[in-house]
Amino acid sequence: MQHLIIGAGPAGVVAAETLRKCDPDCSIAIIGDEPEPPYSRMAIPYYLIDNIEESGTYLRDPRAHFASQNIEVVQQKVDAVDTAGKSVTLADGSSRAYDKLLIATGSNPISPPIPGLDLPQVHSCWTLEDSRNIIRLAQPGSNVVLIGAGFIGCIILEALVKRGVNLAVVEMGNRMVPRMLDDKAGGLLETWCKNEGIDVHTSCSVQSIADAGNGQVEVELSDGGKLSAALVITATGVKANTSLVEGTDIKLDQGILVNRRMQSSNPDVYAAGDVAQGVDFSTGNFEVQAIQPTATDHGRIAALNMAGRDDEHHGTLNMNVLDTVGLISCSFGLWMGVDGGDSTELYNPDEFQYINLQFDGNTLVGASAVGKTQHVGVLRGLIESKIDLANWKDRLMADPTAVMEAYLASTQELGYS
Amino acid sequence: MSWTRKLLRVDLAKGTCTSEPLNMEWAALYLGQRGLASKYLSEEVDPTCDPLGAENKLIMATGPLTGTMASTGGRYSVITKGPLTGAIACSNSGGFFGAELKFAGWDMIIFEGKSDKPVYLLIQDDHAELRDASHMWGKTAWETDDIIHATHQDPQMRVACIGRTAENGCLYAAVMNDKHRAAGRSGVGTVMASKHIKAVAVRGTQGIGNVDDAGAFMQATNDGKEVLAENAVTGQGLPAYGTQVLMNVINGIGGLPARNMRDVGFEGAENISAEAMAEPRKSDGKPNLTTNGACFGCTIACGRISTVDPTHFSVKDKPQYQGASGGLEYEAAWALGADTGVDDLDALTYVNFLCNEDGMDPISFGATVAAAMELFEDGVITTEHTGGVELTFGNAEAFVAITEQMCQGGAFADDLGLGSKRLTEKYGKPDLSMSVKGQEFPAYDPRGIQGIGLNYATSNRGACHLRGYTIASEVLGIPVKTEMNDTDGKPELVKAFQDATALVDSAGLCIFTTFAWGMDNIAPQIDAACEGDWSVENCLEAGERIWNMERLFNEAAGFTADDDKLPKRLLKEAIKDGPTKGQVNRLGEMLPKYYEIRGWTPDGKVTDETRQRLSL
Amino acid sequence: MQKSLNIDPGKCTGCLQCEMACSYEHTGTFNPSRSYIKVFTFHHEGRFAPYTCTQCDEAWCMRACPVDAIGIDASTGAKVVYEDKCVGCKVCTIACPFGTINYSQATGKVVKCDLCGGDPQCAAACPTDAITYVDADWTGYDRMMASAAKSLPSAEANA
Repeated sequence: MQHLIIGAGPAGVVAAETLRKCDPDCSIAIIGDEPEPPYSRMAIPYYLIDNIEESGTYLRDPRAHFASQNIEVVQQKVDAVDTAGKSVTLADGSSRAYDKLLIATGSNPISPPIPGLDLPQVHSCWTLEDSRNIIRLAQPGSNVVLIGAGFIGCIILEALVKRGVNLAVVEMGNRMVPRMLDDKAGGLLETWCKNEGIDVHTSCSVQSIADAGNGQVEVELSDGGKLSAALVITATGVKANTSLVEGTDIKLDQGILVNRRMQSSNPDVYAAGDVAQGVDFSTGNFEVQAIQPTATDHGRIAALNMAGRDDEHHGTLNMNVLDTVGLISCSFGLWMGVDGGDSTELYNPDEFQYINLQFDGNTLVGASAVGKTQHVGVLRGLIESKIDLANWKDRLMADPTAVMEAYLASTQELGYS
Repeated sequence: MSWTRKLLRVDLAKGTCTSEPLNMEWAALYLGQRGLASKYLSEEVDPTCDPLGAENKLIMATGPLTGTMASTGGRYSVITKGPLTGAIACSNSGGFFGAELKFAGWDMIIFEGKSDKPVYLLIQDDHAELRDASHMWGKTAWETDDIIHATHQDPQMRVACIGRTAENGCLYAAVMNDKHRAAGRSGVGTVMASKHIKAVAVRGTQGIGNVDDAGAFMQATNDGKEVLAENAVTGQGLPAYGTQVLMNVINGIGGLPARNMRDVGFEGAENISAEAMAEPRKSDGKPNLTTNGACFGCTIACGRISTVDPTHFSVKDKPQYQGASGGLEYEAAWALGADTGVDDLDALTYVNFLCNEDGMDPISFGATVAAAMELFEDGVITTEHTGGVELTFGNAEAFVAITEQMCQGGAFADDLGLGSKRLTEKYGKPDLSMSVKGQEFPAYDPRGIQGIGLNYATSNRGACHLRGYTIASEVLGIPVKTEMNDTDGKPELVKAFQDATALVDSAGLCIFTTFAWGMDNIAPQIDAACEGDWSVENCLEAGERIWNMERLFNEAAGFTADDDKLPKRLLKEAIKDGPTKGQVNRLGEMLPKYYEIRGWTPDGKVTDETRQRLSL
Repeated sequence: MQKSLNIDPGKCTGCLQCEMACSYEHTGTFNPSRSYIKVFTFHHEGRFAPYTCTQCDEAWCMRACPVDAIGIDASTGAKVVYEDKCVGCKVCTIACPFGTINYSQATGKVVKCDLCGGDPQCAAACPTDAITYVDADWTGYDRMMASAAKSLPSAEANA
């Protein structure tokens, strides 16, 4: 059995390892087009602040690990997929046949339609190559404009602040991280960032970027303001990297459409991670969830099915945790709530503390929090296990910080009902 | 060293919080907590000051072992000039607040002056600030605790605060921490209220990492824990029954006072005993006692966690009181129960909850109600005063009603808030106050048990068992049995207990350890934790030094030998029946000898020689 | 046979000796805020519940880690954080449905129970045997894991 995996990110790597566990004898190859060994994008912000070396971003011990598992790592760009002939063509002209193919090509940053985006001072923050450019241009005292205060934008904020740059952030939404946090939580992040000396512009977009000479650019804002910058970073979101299978029989929507076995419309082709439109735990809908835990879940389940086991994916919970210059926030599931459901919150803007719980009947379906680092995972536990909270719901309504107690009381034998 | 070596000075008038190095020369002489804070108070406060005036100070102090792995190492004390007595006041509490203060990096907090408006002190590690507490003023201690937790959203934040009784001027209001632990006696909460401090909220994440000799410390504390575990009182009796194990014991030997100490022996003692607390009740099949709970670091875990029978008249329409909370300890069960003649366990548990919720000392409250009951039965206090309540001995409904009045405030609450001494004076019957220096007695009758009477009479904070618990020897035979009714040897016994207790109270440890520990168990733990020489001898000398320093404060405040006395009832009215029938306390036989062995003059003054001997 | 922590909440008095022992073992300080085991207090019920990592087979934290900073201690089976590899991204803290791997502000890394290399100090310090370290055949931990895992759907898809 020949397994081919396109994409060397977490989904691809976990899939390869899971395949090896299921079948010691099959042939497994990971094909990745980035020049480095498989690495984790999640580590990039820490590379930017010199917390780790570039090698610290690499997944597993690069050579020995994959060799020891008899997993072939091929550094090549894939040019085409022939689903009828069950083979892929590589950039060097060679081709490789497969029995089962996994597409784990991840996502690419979206390029917003802004004139001047091709100037050398403008970079996205997605690959190690991007990081090296940012490190080069983000010198202490230089002006930097970050376009987009989404998850990726926020997670590199601290790195930029620590590099000592003068930072401005421009976000189209009415608040920071609008796809992960509600108005109150997003508002707390904005206040926090402003207190940290970051110039935050929300409900604002960049109209154009123009060369201003001396290595500087001028960024024109929708509110009429103008910012001078030595570096402009675009972080306006990502989209599934489906280009390889466009024009094939594989059905696409926001990403590659898969069933609960992570199988595409072609039964021998699977997809996992950011590129796959997998099932969401909370809604049951098929959506792209560009987050790390979903990627590894997808990779594992796809591999199990590729290896001939029959495993249905019950859906992954949309969740995120974010450290914005030291202010930690997280959200889970249906944090915006459901129709007819109850919700409760504690909001203390002076303390940068916030917790919001969303219920459907007696079960927790969503949550978000700011300023919390302890036991936050239990929010996932409460949501995914769909525990009937019974009388603990009323107590959580009165004190939403008691989530750990609610979880323990609902799942452990504590000697009382 | 175990000290954080730093104290927080809070100037309430200016609204400032300032870090200051701990005076380590004083620490070497007075150790910490009770001793060291009393030294600061003695140096900084005029002993003649108005306890509720701006010139008095309020100190919250930990000991060097607070926040360590030493068993019971979680104590802190509140030290000030007490409004109930006018004497130096030092009230000790467990729970978790003291350790948290230490983890935040502070050995003590000194509050000085007075704030214009209600404030709370917020401490988050090195950061300390005064915050507006106007929205908490008028709230109970429990509500205040909840508000602070909702504001900061940190379940690990620990809160010490006052309830409504302190705000209303009750002279025996407590500082409550962790909802049901109290720095209970002498009105330290009243002083806190007088300064408009509603609460202190602490979160500490720095921990204690500077124990002098870590290896020796772990060894000494492990040894100590083993001794506690193997001892019948600390290893079995206290965890199972709590201090309430004493109710039937003390009643049986003729040492349990009842009905404002008019009687000795209480026919209802069994109904309010530890045994009764463990008995399943009819309504829901559950016992009053839910479980035992520990204070920070305590391997004894004597604390009672109780529920009131949900069908009981006191709580049946009040679901908020149907959950578990701090239950009856022996002294509270006696003062609220035997001394008022009430033997309704659920009523007493509920009243105890209210004492915790609104922050008052259940001993002084119960004993003051008992005095009021006697005044009521004598016709001096009437239903006109009590708002229609028939305040007779043994009337549980009346007691519950009067406690609720007390919490809410009002004219009769103001009367009861005076304490028994001022109350009985106001109504013209001063002999009916069962108190020393204005502070009410706890649960051991000095007519039956002689040594405890001498301890009560000479205690620096007024009548108190926790200043020299000779009951250990006179009743329980710890460390050696002495005869209850003997006066011979009692001055020496009292002095030894008083000095040792002063040291334990200065270390961060709980006095209940001394049921099992002698100074030879305690000194090695202090010695390993702290720099300097803390041998058994030096520890005992430090204890004696602390005792004498407190005495000097009181002398300067105007106290004389004339204040080392017991109420006439205990000296003249012989016990009517029971095993101790016919006895009175023979204080006169003990006091001169006590002064002598303390190195005081025959009229109870600390001599220059003694001062010099103790480096005072 | 591998051993595991067995927790009997009914015996716990809430003294926090376990938290001090844990923090002392891992940080050299008495510091409950840095303990990997946590005692939860149920004031209304009068109950205490010590709680820490179950070293679950699913190893949600380990699977979620983007930089391979969590591994298995072969001698104890404990899932352990390699401090030199952890970048502090916190993804594991939201992935663990038990809430038992947490971010430490003090170190900038995540922390979790590592069974002290086979001699758990919480169990050694517990005065009431509420925490013991026993053969892992059928412990309270198993019950705890079973009760939580049965309703966690993705657990079924484990390889």
